[in-house]
Amino acid sequence: MNGLITPVLLVAVIGLTCAGLLVFASKVFHVSVDERITLVREVLPGANCGGCGFAGCDDYAANLVADEGLSCTLCSPGGAGTAEAIAEILGRAAGSAEPMVAQVMCNGVSGARRTVLEWQGMSSCKGAKGWFSSPNACMFGCMGLGDCATACQFDAIGIVDGIAKVNRENCVACGACVGACPQKLIKLVPVKSQVHVLCSSTDKGAVARKNCDNACIGCTKCTTVCNFDAIHIEDNLARIDVEKCKSCGLCAVVCPTGAINSFRKLPPRAAAEKAAAVKKAAAKKDERPL
Amino acid sequence: MVNLIVIFMAIVLVNNFVLSQFLGICSFLGVSNKMSSSVGMGGAVVFVMVIAELVTWPVMQILNRFDIAYLQTVVFILVIAALVQFVEMFMKRYLPALQKALGIFLPLITTNCAILGATINAISYGYSYLQSVVYAFGAGVGYMVAMVLFAGIREEKLSNMDGIPAPFQGVGIILVAASIMALSFMGFAGMFQ
Repeated sequence: MNGLITPVLLVAVIGLTCAGLLVFASKVFHVSVDERITLVREVLPGANCGGCGFAGCDDYAANLVADEGLSCTLCSPGGAGTAEAIAEILGRAAGSAEPMVAQVMCNGVSGARRTVLEWQGMSSCKGAKGWFSSPNACMFGCMGLGDCATACQFDAIGIVDGIAKVNRENCVACGACVGACPQKLIKLVPVKSQVHVLCSSTDKGAVARKNCDNACIGCTKCTTVCNFDAIHIEDNLARIDVEKCKSCGLCAVVCPTGAINSFRKLPPRAAAEKAAAVKKAAAKKDERPL
Repeated sequence: MVNLIVIFMAIVLVNNFVLSQFLGICSFLGVSNKMSSSVGMGGAVVFVMVIAELVTWPVMQILNRFDIAYLQTVVFILVIAALVQFVEMFMKRYLPALQKALGIFLPLITTNCAILGATINAISYGYSYLQSVVYAFGAGVGYMVAMVLFAGIREEKLSNMDGIPAPFQGVGIILVAASIMALSFMGFAGMFQ
């Protein structure tokens, strides 16, 4: 029994001494923290996603107070509301925080793309890309192995029909998926821009088409139809100038493949036109000799 | 005096904590990607090792007196953790510049195996108080030397992974580089008897 009491007592005494010392130290060496840091920290969402470029919300709050010139709008999860609240605490102009959202620039869904091999290794795009350029015939496209979904802390990106798809309601534009995608397919785009070229293939039209039904073939139909000079072909790929684009969706209507997508609900006339265009394309397909 | 120099040089070069005893590997690989942060981390390790040794050696005498030396691991961790916390509070109040320089590394290395290893090794070698403090200081300096050298290699040669075969890219080639460096330190073996 004696062999038990001594060690327990001794460790307890050492522990209590240390605890006492720390309590004493926390009182004597107390440093008053700038209360604005606490206030700013309370306004921030506390997701610690690192989207602002600092090591977590605490760090961003401390830097905001310390550095006058630092922008209040770096927190994407908090959005405009947080930026305004921070600006109010610190007495600065908020500046406009354009709400952003992540967008996967590929529409090579399972039915549309060709695959050259069946990847049975680890479920990681980076891993697959390390061994082969891609299991898909198109070396630019989404492999659907979900590195972005793993990186997302907000459950905002998932694999649908074999490719990554962003759930716009959950996305806070922290940019974690942008860095996780080895194909560099994911971009942060303004929420208000509704029309996107969902293809990143810079292959020549015929090759791109052979690899994927939804690929951009660089046909320039969209550039002719655009009234705002907002879409151009570069490297065999249509690119939309976000500044000029009014999200009218005309290019999405005329696109012969599934490359240009509009989130906007098409107005009735445009919808009818699109239906007609699709019908025409289908008819053309049937005419083709086998 | 000669004895102390031998202890110091032996632990810095021959029995280097990182490269031949494999202590503190996680921080060695984790923080060595930038020269500035590796210097900060090395400085923090030297500092914590010395003050940990200053405190744990007397504690060990108490444990020996009560014949419960087997409790040294538990008690040492307890004492070192509390001590580092205390030192951090002290520095925040009186030496904010130093606290900023050591930064997040100070609390991080509280429970690092290299710190505990230095204190326990010094005791198991039967060193006197002065000898064990010199030993701990040398262990910290050895860690810093390995860390700074490796950070230099990484910044110079491994910051760009382009020329490296795909399967080796990332952690793989870093481990290879670290092992080559450890091999080169084996050249010091037998320098001190």
